[in-house]
Amino acid sequence: MTLAAEILISSLLVLGGAFILVGSWGLARLPSLMTRLHGPTKATTLGVGACLIASMIYFPASGGAWSAHELLITLFLFLTAPVSANLIAKAHLHRQGRGIDANPSDHIIDGLPSPTGSADWATFGGAKPAEPSAPGQATGEPRS
Amino acid sequence: MTGTILPIALGFAFVCVSASIVLNLFRLWRGPLSADRILAVDTLTINAIAMIVLFGIAYTTPDYFEAALLLAMVGFVGTVAYSKFLLRGDIVE
Repeated sequence: MTLAAEILISSLLVLGGAFILVGSWGLARLPSLMTRLHGPTKATTLGVGACLIASMIYFPASGGAWSAHELLITLFLFLTAPVSANLIAKAHLHRQGRGIDANPSDHIIDGLPSPTGSADWATFGGAKPAEPSAPGQATGEPRS
Repeated sequence: MTGTILPIALGFAFVCVSASIVLNLFRLWRGPLSADRILAVDTLTINAIAMIVLFGIAYTTPDYFEAALLLAMVGFVGTVAYSKFLLRGDIVE
């Protein structure tokens, strides 16, 4: 293995490890769930991507065969991390809107106020009947 | 010169990922909400993928990537299923 390849792999590994640690430290340290979502979804994903790219450079540089597995895992993680974060945030918003999970560090004790549209928080289920006698609402158009 | 900095960087990355797993387990144990615990399990899965990849580099074997790919897929499906259970009270409607 050449020195340049080793320096590249080592710097990618150090970068990845540092970002993974920062993401998990944010998960453990930040005050409420909506802020805690930031750490794992951004920093940890970037750190794992850096580790996988380091592995992708390491195997051809050490005489092995190149494989696309690492690239596949990186793409999959980068695609699925925002989706899972969005789903977790939706579930949290739903439960907080119903007053199930009151989080004191969000300064929301009694649950969120009711939204002005026809649907309930973060879901179309349990939709309230639309009131036609509410003029001036931007979301009051009938869905066709 | 070659062969000296890579083990140091690998050891640093192992220490970082191990500390991250400990922090995730703390959040999993402590987390006041169910969504916190789902997020902790999701992050734990991603850290496990990083750990598997680091073991693959340390042992110079490409046999571990199927495990990492499988863990990525199963972790995503598990997170979606947990979140959907919290959201709807049911998974397959």
